[in-house]
Formats: sequence, C-alpha cells, structure tokens
Amino acid sequence: MFQYEKRLQFPVNIKKPDAKVAQMIMSQYGGPDGEIGASLRYLSQRFASPYRQVSAVLTDIGTEELAHLEMVGSIVHQLTHNLTPEQIKASGFADYYIDHTTGVWPQAAGGVPFTATEFQSKGDIITDLHEDMAAEQKARTTYDNILRMLDDPDIIAPIKFLREREIVHFQRFGEALRYVQDQLDCRNFYSMNPAFDKRR
Amino acid sequence: MGEQRDERKLLLQQIDQYSFAVDDVKLFLDTHPHDEEALAYFRRYSALRKKALQAYTQRYGALSMDTAKGDRWDWVDTPWPWEGAY
Repeated sequence: MFQYEKRLQFPVNIKKPDAKVAQMIMSQYGGPDGEIGASLRYLSQRFASPYRQVSAVLTDIGTEELAHLEMVGSIVHQLTHNLTPEQIKASGFADYYIDHTTGVWPQAAGGVPFTATEFQSKGDIITDLHEDMAAEQKARTTYDNILRMLDDPDIIAPIKFLREREIVHFQRFGEALRYVQDQLDCRNFYSMNPAFDKRR
Repeated sequence: MGEQRDERKLLLQQIDQYSFAVDDVKLFLDTHPHDEEALAYFRRYSALRKKALQAYTQRYGALSMDTAKGDRWDWVDTPWPWEGAY
C-alpha cells in the first residue's frame, strides 16, 4: 500500500526557467539511470527476496526513489514552466515541445523513451543486489555529470541532495548483500539461488 | 499574508527535516535492526515529525489522508509541492 504526502522530500524552488538544463535533468526522470527505473527495479525485485530484512531495504529504498522521481519532475516542471515559444526555439527544446508541450514525460536526455529494459528483476537476490549497488553508482555519476553543467544554486541544492542519497543507498545495499551472504554457505555463496533452489 | 506564508514555510521546513531524519534512520535500521542508539533516534524524530504534522494540519490543511480532519476538503485547494515557492 502506498500513501501520498503532499510535500517534496527536499524542497524545489527554482526561479529562473532554463529549457536546456531541463532537457539534461530530465534523464534522471526517465533515463537509463533515472529514478523511475530505480524505483521499479527495487519494488519489483523485492517479491523474490527470501529474506524479510532485504525486502525491507528494497521496499524502503524503492519508495524513497518515488519521492526522488517527484523531485526531479518538479525540477523539470519549474525549469520549463512559462517558457515562451521564442525561448523554446532558442534553447533547443523544440523537439521535446512538439510531442509533449511542457508536460513532464519519462525520457533520457537524448530523447530515448523510458523502457523497462533499463533494469533487471532476476529472481536471484545476490544478482539483484549487485545490480542495485551498480545502479546507485551509475545514478551518482549522472548527478555528478549534471552538477558540472549547473550554476544556479536553486537547482544545485536539490541535485546535491539526490546525489547524496545514491551514496547512502549504495551503502545500505552493500549491507543487505552482506546479510544475504551471512545466511549462505560461506564456502560457496553461488552454489544455489536462495529464492529458487531452497523452497520454503 | 506574507508573514503567514513564511510561518507556513518554516513549519513545512521543520516537517521536511524531521521526516528526513526518519527516512534516513529507517534505512539504517533495516540493516541494523538491533541498534539501540538508532532506535532511540527513530523514536525521537518520529515523535517530532508527528507533532509538526499535527501543528501544520491545524493551520494550513492536511498533507496526507491520515492527518486530514475531514471538516473541509482543503486537499483540493492547498498548493501542490511542485508549484514552487512551497
């Protein structure tokens, strides 16, 4: 069950629209290492987790990613809100505008639509947790790339917050992986898939 | 009006801060469920968050269905967080 709270996890108050920057940041909405992929990855993987503690990590991080999705959507919205047709033409935002006006739609910075092929739900908790750790690092790198393009402190603050959360999540997934290994045969963690071969 | 908005923003900022403390320690507790210090931290900020949410709801309307009083459906006319200047 999910319940909505009418606030952002970290406030977004951007005063100066900038369509070019919106096009870049949009990638964290629906791009290959974006927040919707992150959320769907963890919320989907948790069903095959044989350990309640790991299901908790996947559920809580997957839920937080939804809050991040909302923050990124808010950033994109505020950066494109009230743009004039002239500003859209001048900023290279026209291609997006033709299909979506200034609505928020999940796509990568380069225009590739969001696709579920950007993540896995492998049904093997060891495999899934390794992907999750890599995913957090990829998202962190993307935020680093975005930060190098920014000079508006109103955009920098929420992006820095999001970047920081990727590091915390990486740490927690690492701890979850260690927990899984502690439940397994330390002579060979990979002797079987604890979600499939060990029926319960 | 401006003063009231500042007060609302301040209260919301408090909710954001307490909520973040809860969000963060929640993840820590998922992987360290028996850490007494973290449990105490959770209890402290969870209580502060609930109090701040109640104070906010009394004056500026509900942020969630759990805090909605139901005497007036202000859910439809209080601002959405992506509007900015929130």
